[in-house]
Amino acid sequence: MTQEAAIRVDDLSKIFTLHNQGATSIGVFEALKLEVMPGECVVLAGESGVGKSTLMRTIYGNYLPTSGGVFVSHDGAPVDITKAPPHQVLEIRRRTLGYVSQFLRVIPRVSTLDLVIEPLLENGVELEEARERAITLLQALRLPEAHWELPPSTFSGGEQQRVNIARSFIREYPVLLLDEPTASLDAANRAIVVELINAALAKGAAMVGIFHDHDVRDAVATRLFNVSEYKAAA
Amino acid sequence: MTEVLDRPTSSQSVGAVEPLLRVSNLTKYYGHVAGCLDISFEMRPGEVLGIVGESGSGKTTLLNCISGKLAPTTGSIAFNSRRHGLVDIYDLSEPDRRRMQREDWGFVHQNPRDGLRMRVSGGANVAEPLMNLGRRHYGDMRQATMDWLSRVELDLGRVDDKPRNFSGGMQQRIQIARNLIHNPRLVFMDEPTGGLDVSVQARLLDLLRELVRDLGLAAIIVTHDMAVARLMADRLMVMKGGHVVETGLADQVLDDPQHPYTQLLVSSVLQI
Repeated sequence: MTQEAAIRVDDLSKIFTLHNQGATSIGVFEALKLEVMPGECVVLAGESGVGKSTLMRTIYGNYLPTSGGVFVSHDGAPVDITKAPPHQVLEIRRRTLGYVSQFLRVIPRVSTLDLVIEPLLENGVELEEARERAITLLQALRLPEAHWELPPSTFSGGEQQRVNIARSFIREYPVLLLDEPTASLDAANRAIVVELINAALAKGAAMVGIFHDHDVRDAVATRLFNVSEYKAAA
Repeated sequence: MTEVLDRPTSSQSVGAVEPLLRVSNLTKYYGHVAGCLDISFEMRPGEVLGIVGESGSGKTTLLNCISGKLAPTTGSIAFNSRRHGLVDIYDLSEPDRRRMQREDWGFVHQNPRDGLRMRVSGGANVAEPLMNLGRRHYGDMRQATMDWLSRVELDLGRVDDKPRNFSGGMQQRIQIARNLIHNPRLVFMDEPTGGLDVSVQARLLDLLRELVRDLGLAAIIVTHDMAVARLMADRLMVMKGGHVVETGLADQVLDDPQHPYTQLLVSSVLQI
């Protein structure tokens, strides 16, 4: 393969040590290897508790692996996010690596529109253009206009989730992690998200996703990756 | 004198490798009692550092040493000031250090009474840092004061009331305005939202995040509130018994803590 992988997970192992519960060790996976190329959407498979979310969070730099590395292609060069200093991890997250979780975690009292344009402002896009792009995306996601100036804390689960998706897709990140982005959406909205994902893939984004909904999974996955094959010895 | 208030134009933009602050092997003993022990770290412009830990862990001692209030027993604190460049703050003469503090720093105390003059009006408290930097145009200062009072959501009609006639939360908002009005490069905060009701706390956290983004403001926030640490800090230092026991990206330290004490601290937070 001549093309550079967008994500290269190298011999990754994760053991949780719970010091305050008698130093219990919980092994999750070991020597895990995964490469994701631009334009690929790798869907993590395996039953609940096998470490799919742990793997995603480790790729995002949110969990610290016990050994191994995660190389993310940032500005054309692979950077090991598990060993990068905090400011570099934040820089990678700002410009390269997006994460859509199941939950919206935001500051109270900030309006929906401000939340959605924030990633653009952080990347130096002018306010006027940022607003236009945010409005286009919120319309595509069918979030009622009356909601735009309100903070999303009082929204329904599905509405919050769409704000979350808008925040993540507005930036057109080259690498995107999707942790059940369609979990609380109805069929029509799921279809819109599938369209967004496929459009981003067509533009060359690389993705790793967790989808419990088989229809969505089949619609976006370019291949499945079974995390349980790397299960840590008990 | 007014030119020192202007932000350096683009000199500190992308790729600035020179740290804003460099703390090396800082140790402070009170007699034979250790306040903080062998602490080293660097901060970059625009970075928000959270210091968390229980009472008596050395958080405030560390903050006071770094902010020039308390000379360390050993070790050095270098700050990249507008006027002097990167210098050890305790190598500066007393007047130079005080001027640097006025020009480049803000310090928000936990108790607003420690940071405000209780006998002059709220508006005068906010404007005073500008006067200290040599501004004399009262109309401009009044305007800047009004702008800042509205940014911290204070009733402009009360600009001439004395701080003691404000509630504790309002006093804290005056203190915050007072410490941001002169465009500092680094703001120290000791439990800044401890006395505020939750709605003001939210507005304040949002305001501070905006400032960090727009002005390249750096901050060191001492807090025991993990939610504040998560919302505000890019990076966390966890202290226990005068030592830094864990440091790293804020969400990583909170979501996957490695040290036994950090695990205890994070698991002790009440869920709402």
